[in-house]
Amino acid sequence: MEVIGIVLLGLPMTLLVTAASFAFGAIGGIPLMLGLRSRHRVVRLAVRLVVDVIRGVPTIVWLFLLYFGFAIGVFRFSSLGAAIVGLGVISSAYLAEMYRGGFATLPKGQLEAAQALGLGRRTTFVRVLAPQALRTALPSAATYLMALIKDSSIASTVGVIEMVAAATAYSRQNPGTAGLTPFLAAAAVYVVISVPLAIATRRLDARLSRSHA
Amino acid sequence: MNLADYLPQLGQGLLVSLQLTVISVVAGYAIGLAFALGVASRNPWLRWPALVLVEVGRSIPALVVLYIVYYGLPSVGILLDSFPAAAAGLTFTVAAYSSEMFRAGIRSVPKGQTEAALALGLSRRSVFGRVVLPQGLRSAIPPLMGLAIQSFQGTSLAYSISVNELMSQAYQISAVTFQYLQVYAITGLIYVIIAVPSTWASVYVEHRLARGQA
Repeated sequence: MEVIGIVLLGLPMTLLVTAASFAFGAIGGIPLMLGLRSRHRVVRLAVRLVVDVIRGVPTIVWLFLLYFGFAIGVFRFSSLGAAIVGLGVISSAYLAEMYRGGFATLPKGQLEAAQALGLGRRTTFVRVLAPQALRTALPSAATYLMALIKDSSIASTVGVIEMVAAATAYSRQNPGTAGLTPFLAAAAVYVVISVPLAIATRRLDARLSRSHA
Repeated sequence: MNLADYLPQLGQGLLVSLQLTVISVVAGYAIGLAFALGVASRNPWLRWPALVLVEVGRSIPALVVLYIVYYGLPSVGILLDSFPAAAAGLTFTVAAYSSEMFRAGIRSVPKGQTEAALALGLSRRSVFGRVVLPQGLRSAIPPLMGLAIQSFQGTSLAYSISVNELMSQAYQISAVTFQYLQVYAITGLIYVIIAVPSTWASVYVEHRLARGQA
């Protein structure tokens, strides 16, 4: 039982890394989404390539690149900084794609109606299209958040003391007797976090699709 | 020190990563399909264990699965080398994720197909095996392709249980040359060169399949 307590000590850090990198991605995804929807073909293709490259590099490589490789003058990332920025950059790319998907499913009539009412381009986008697109993107963003909770475990490889790092440390301090329990404890905590989130996401999805119909 | 001299070492690592990918995808999809059939089964003794395995497998980080297999199982007498441990752990994760995709594919087959097949007098077994399953598998192809690409990227986690795959080789090279930025940038590019064209291919296949169904 002691094991659960020790693993739980890492939980706040798991949640912090997840929340911070999701927030990073929710904001960073906006300019990328604008690029993916640009009227200029060159911009669109360039941003598409950037998004695909970001997603093509494994998370652990991103974190090592930032943690060990990144330096401007005397500035270097801390473990936590590298984890949040690394996972945040990756989240930006994934969320940009989901935002774009949200816009892609909007009926054309929305744009036409807004223009017919004499709304400006900016107002049409911010007040009419964006809120509806965001709504459509919400369930997939929630699913992504659940994946991100699990991916935050990779932060342990650059020295962030979250749940998996806490479990590893405990297992190393008690060799022989505690090989399995700390990792099973960590696994149990992930399951306990994921299940309610999965149920909430499913409800959200059902509610949104019901009100759309 | 010229980094080009280290490219063969990275190539060796890539080979190991690809081996892990092939093993975990082939074995994982086979087990995943079995899980999906189990979850769809009317027998509760099959359905519940399959459902629990799938849900647990999807909610535990792959890294934790690897640690359980490599560091945890020895304490109950199961000792695996790092490569088989990585293959087993990744296979389990891939199986859990793919079973959801198989399940969604099978569920996407319109009910009319089953009704029509039954009306034609086909047995329940051939209705599923000959009519529903082939169509379900077809619509599961695009997500399964995406999962295969993610599995390839996921093999980089095997670094943490000291499998000599691409990421481990990169780590060793960077520890010798101190050229962290360059080494990880090249490594990232190697992953990209494989993952990005594969992603484009899967998008192409998805469009083709969608066209065929319309």
